Amino acid sequence: MSFNHQQSAHCETGVMSSLLTHAGLPMSEPMAFGLSSALAFAYLPLVKLSGMPLIAYRMPPKHIIKTLSKRLGVRLHTATFSNPQHGKAALDRALDEGRLVGLQSSVFWLPYFPPEMRFHFNAHNLMAYGREGDEYLLSDPVFEEPVRCAAEALQKARFAKGALAAKGLLYWLDDVPLEQDWPALVRKSIVSTTRILDGMPLPWIGIRGIEHLARKINKLDPDAKKYNRLYLTHIVRMQEEIGTGGAGFRFMYASFLQEAGVLLGDEHLQAAAQELTQIGDQWRQFASLCVKQSRGKDAGLGMQPIAQALLAIAQQERALFKGLALWAKQRK
Amino acid sequence: MKLDDVPQDAETSSYAGHSKLLYAVDQEGQYQGAQSAGWDAENYATQQALAELEQLEQHAQQGWQGGKLSPLPCLMYRYRMDELALAQVTGLWRWRIRRHFQPQIFARLSPALLTRYADAFGLPTEQLIAYQQGTLHEL
Repeated sequence: MSFNHQQSAHCETGVMSSLLTHAGLPMSEPMAFGLSSALAFAYLPLVKLSGMPLIAYRMPPKHIIKTLSKRLGVRLHTATFSNPQHGKAALDRALDEGRLVGLQSSVFWLPYFPPEMRFHFNAHNLMAYGREGDEYLLSDPVFEEPVRCAAEALQKARFAKGALAAKGLLYWLDDVPLEQDWPALVRKSIVSTTRILDGMPLPWIGIRGIEHLARKINKLDPDAKKYNRLYLTHIVRMQEEIGTGGAGFRFMYASFLQEAGVLLGDEHLQAAAQELTQIGDQWRQFASLCVKQSRGKDAGLGMQPIAQALLAIAQQERALFKGLALWAKQRK
Repeated sequence: MKLDDVPQDAETSSYAGHSKLLYAVDQEGQYQGAQSAGWDAENYATQQALAELEQLEQHAQQGWQGGKLSPLPCLMYRYRMDELALAQVTGLWRWRIRRHFQPQIFARLSPALLTRYADAFGLPTEQLIAYQQGTLHEL
């Protein structure tokens, strides 16, 4: 199969961008991200990761695959397996038919990941484009180059148990319509995002979730130094490392707004892209502040400046998405 | 983020020589993909998480060698899990797992249960049986 591997910032958007482009509908990663309305924020205290709350900067796993397929009118073929042997057979069959196959797997059991990055995250996405002997030819979107993986290791990764277990999920796209109503798609996806970020009546979701996290940081006990260090660095890991996270997703959405602005010849979107770029920079500064405090290099300023930085971000994101909601209303 | 600001902290990077793609703007404010070799702040956060796991593992290993714990907690941390994650992967209740942390209970576990733990850690069941019989004392 002739297939061009492309490195991406995030696995799920990377896979969708590659699958669509391969099917003849060229789509950049930021476009796949924006059109599936994947930008979000959620602070979920009940979902624990190593005893810490889950902090998500995007919609949950599989949202991008499902939403984007639906909006573009693509027929999405998916299958999961209770029997791992059937899962392997189905993958081999699809590859023999010359398909480019999306797979969900655990990061921990993929041997080509650097040891420092191998944690039990079961919702990693990648593609298989062939096999040779006992090895699969994989295109993992977060890597620079295509990789090879022994069949046994891939099998273990696809069928790893636990939270978000993949159950061998594989998927491909059928019947990709090459004609699309781009202005309508852009508008619809932006409306969804404004609702997720600034229209949920729950205090943990969207911009209210950012404010909630700021209050949590403000309330940290200054004497619990070790807990604070783990808590703050946990936020940074959720933001920067797990699924490219907060700042990365803000930049990716800004890139989407810019591309959509060019596509639609719309200056408001271009201006919004610039604004979000600045907000993304502030997310990165916020991460730096968290690390400085954890390292004890904050000159004894405590938690307040960190919480303040986060509240400032929340305020700007609210203004930006209110503006985009208004833009969408006027374009109706 | 401007292209020039894309972090290239390769020395401290946790990417093991790989680079990560980020989106950044050029002089004219146009977005493009850019490779980053690593970022100090992110790496520090990763190292904290790894150091915490290592510390827990060492502590559990001492407990095992001292006869206060079964080898399970030590293996659990080594394979980067906590009780919740181990419960989810093995499909066992947390209170059962905690019981299995006691050496005298671990000594009586059936091969079927040991297999569930072995699968979770990606180890052969024989290895866990060897721990149980006391013929193996190293991880």
